[in-house]
Amino acid sequence: MGEKKIRVLIAKPGLDGHDRGAKVVARALRDAGMEVIYTGLRQSPEMIAEAALQEDVNVIGLSILSGAHLVLVPRVVDLVKANGQKDVLIFVGGIIPEEDVAELTSAGVTAIYGPGTSTSKVVEDIQAAFPAA
Amino acid sequence: MIDLDAVTSGSRLALSRLLSEVENGTSAGKDALDRLFVRSGRAHLVGITGAPGTGKSSLVSCLAKVMRSRLNKTVAIVAIDPSSPFTGGAILGDRVRMRDLAGDPGVFIRSMASRGALGGLARATAAVVQVLDASGFDIVMVETVGAGQNEVDIARLAHTTIVVDSPGMGDDIQAIKAGILEIADILVINKADVPGAENTERALRANLDLGYTVRVNHDAAHRVTVTEEKDERTDWLPPILKTIATQNSGIEEVVDQIMAHREHLESTGEWKQRDRERLRAEVFAQLQETLMQRWEQQVSPARIDDALARVYERALSPAAAIETLINDSYNKN
Repeated sequence: MGEKKIRVLIAKPGLDGHDRGAKVVARALRDAGMEVIYTGLRQSPEMIAEAALQEDVNVIGLSILSGAHLVLVPRVVDLVKANGQKDVLIFVGGIIPEEDVAELTSAGVTAIYGPGTSTSKVVEDIQAAFPAA
Repeated sequence: MIDLDAVTSGSRLALSRLLSEVENGTSAGKDALDRLFVRSGRAHLVGITGAPGTGKSSLVSCLAKVMRSRLNKTVAIVAIDPSSPFTGGAILGDRVRMRDLAGDPGVFIRSMASRGALGGLARATAAVVQVLDASGFDIVMVETVGAGQNEVDIARLAHTTIVVDSPGMGDDIQAIKAGILEIADILVINKADVPGAENTERALRANLDLGYTVRVNHDAAHRVTVTEEKDERTDWLPPILKTIATQNSGIEEVVDQIMAHREHLESTGEWKQRDRERLRAEVFAQLQETLMQRWEQQVSPARIDDALARVYERALSPAAAIETLINDSYNKN
């Protein structure tokens, strides 16, 4: 019964209340055979890191539309690394201005998907990072 | 080899990683399970089942909070959601209802996909529960997938099984059908503020009365009183409790009954008996799997294809095909 699945946490940090994008991505990853843990709206970075730890996820997807990404995202990355999950891939989706991309990338974010990104791109990137699963 | 000291001394990272190994059925996971077995058997295993949308996750969250604050017990939660039969993927959404538990180091929540298993649990759920038990949690709550009538595996795994119902789920005929209601040690009607809750309660109570001895007393003034008779030593009459999980109402009573049920199991010796039944089922389930694996190693795939082809042609019945294949593998030895 050896069966390994890519486990992904999809979370919405902060206070914006629009989770349609997060749900579309969650659905696309599910349809690609991944196990997606969805935690709902208004999560603090601490809640997200705790969920990622307990669920032993391979990937964390953060959806932000509020503009608070420069505060929230690095905090999530730091907490996740502090928990010892050093090989977790963290991507961000939502409204991220071009000039903030470099800062998020240097904080440890592996990919940023803006509006109009095809869901298959997200799926392919994750599958490429975890070819064995 | 996995470092079990880290797991049992409270490292959440080590525990979480071990749970993945166990869920994926790796050899490292199996080896760790073997070594952890002697430490298991201490936690109170509480199952929560019921139809989709009755409020299982919300109820689990409320129960865990009371178990933490009033009883000061550590709580692990295993929440199972279905895998897609087509892609094998899953959306595990039970944590959405459990956000109030975030930040409490005495709570550990793990979501599992059913991965094709049909009884309401995943195939590895028992093993995951064993790890949580052995790593020292006082109570392990297992929330099944939204269950219909036949997803009753939880009753074999749990010491105490809670069946959650809510208004509008069907009439009294649904209630007397065999299956999920039979496994309840505690019945909870959640969403008790929704119209129809009294009807649900009446249907459940009437169903219970059919199965348990009830004495109808007529006194001198022809007043009728009904007392439910239960043999204190063996019978447990499942209580019917009403809750509104979103308002945190009626939760204390459910926790009281969970604890009362535990006392009942211990005082009657049923705790041990349930444990034995569970382990027996576990041994036979693993035996089945092991025999199958060994058999697969012994028989050549070509022989299986050959036998299957004859079955497809309707030249050989499935039973006859199995006879041939099994005899083949014995003759090889």
